[in-house]
Amino acid sequence: MTQPVQLLVGTRKGAWIYAADADRSGWTVKGPIFLGHIVHHLVSDPREPGVLLMSASTGHLGPTIYRSEDGGETWTEAARPPAFPKAEDPQKARSVSYSFWLEPGHAAEPGVWWAGTSPPALFESRDGGRTWSGVEGFNGHPMYEAWAPAEWGTPDGPLLNQIVVDPRDAAHMYIATSTGGVFETADRGATWRPLNQNVEANFMPDPYPEFGQDAHYIALAPTNPDRLWQQNHCGIYRLDRPGERWERIGRNMPKEIGDIGFTIVPHPRDAATAWVFPMDGTEVWPRVSPGGRPAVYRTSDAGASWERQDRGFPPEQGWFTVKRQAFCADVGEPAGLYLGTTGGELWMSGDEGESWRQIAAHLPEIYSLSVAAR
Amino acid sequence: MVAVLIPSQLTAYTDGATRVQAQGATVDGVLDDLDRRFPGLKFRIIDEQARVRRHVRIFIGQQETRDVARPIGADDELMIFGALSGG
Repeated sequence: MTQPVQLLVGTRKGAWIYAADADRSGWTVKGPIFLGHIVHHLVSDPREPGVLLMSASTGHLGPTIYRSEDGGETWTEAARPPAFPKAEDPQKARSVSYSFWLEPGHAAEPGVWWAGTSPPALFESRDGGRTWSGVEGFNGHPMYEAWAPAEWGTPDGPLLNQIVVDPRDAAHMYIATSTGGVFETADRGATWRPLNQNVEANFMPDPYPEFGQDAHYIALAPTNPDRLWQQNHCGIYRLDRPGERWERIGRNMPKEIGDIGFTIVPHPRDAATAWVFPMDGTEVWPRVSPGGRPAVYRTSDAGASWERQDRGFPPEQGWFTVKRQAFCADVGEPAGLYLGTTGGELWMSGDEGESWRQIAAHLPEIYSLSVAAR
Repeated sequence: MVAVLIPSQLTAYTDGATRVQAQGATVDGVLDDLDRRFPGLKFRIIDEQARVRRHVRIFIGQQETRDVARPIGADDELMIFGALSGG
């Protein structure tokens, strides 16, 4: 019913790979890989077994991309990592701080990868991550300065934090940013438009602007690519295309929990099901589990209602923070769920969130978590 | 030839060498020469706008510079350090 899985863990101080057989009960660990390097994202290529891409930087050194063709045993650095063109005007001179998100391209485009960076920009590789070029349709868009102001951002800088490719059409993509919200292209990145109708930005004079939202995370329902889920800075949303207006399904969360969080995970098969990991977004924004009681919330009816799932988590004094890349699902039957905390703990559920157990502790701050089939 | 001091953060590029020789009339020229021999090294310390990265310090002899166009003499020593990047 399930396949052996690997968990690819990116942390502030290196990468680790956890592996389990199909029963997902016992885990072996490989690592640290690149100890001391800041590993922003570590992702496998579903089109090429054994190929991994890693986005890394260090406290001193600039950003780069590494590629492995043997499941993480050996690595080769990109010959040309993502970088902006040399600017004539020093006021417009941007440099890539780091690549936040790596996305394998469409299944029909082997070798294509996309990268989202801080400051927000989109880059493409057509040779498996060895060389990268900017996507000028976005990075050079006339509205770019307004969509991606360099001075705004998260504590880790402003982000282009997700890239989503429509599995039915390689030319149809969505991106999420911390500065402008969600954008859509239908021509493989040549032109873009905002897609933020009815998404709140309560930190703006107009709380429902055309752009300017902080889209923490977006994901397509794997079995219904017309359904988009979004965990925003200002709530949980769903959008069913070709609709344009997001619905705030987070309004149906318990009031004492709220609908603030970093990430949302769709079920691998059931398009009505998704999970969130709520955090405290009140007053000064602690961004920890509300009340110190960690829990995920599951909807099984497309957001009309939510069910608390906390069995196995600390019942009190559990001040978890789960960053936007650090919650994911496998494709098992039942689906496995995995989350990593900023306190360096890895947790899993083998029963679609009903119960949770810790599979690792004492890691550095976890930045990202992704699943690869073994 | 200019003597170049390589910091620990970059020795993965230089096969462990902490001191190498390079050619060039400016800081940029010396770093270009190093990058030809140790691909990828330059971008880790100089960004795409030709700025020295924030937590990297470059000295010619006792003089610090953040200007990669700065001339360098054949007898000079170029020292690269990683400094103060946090915990």
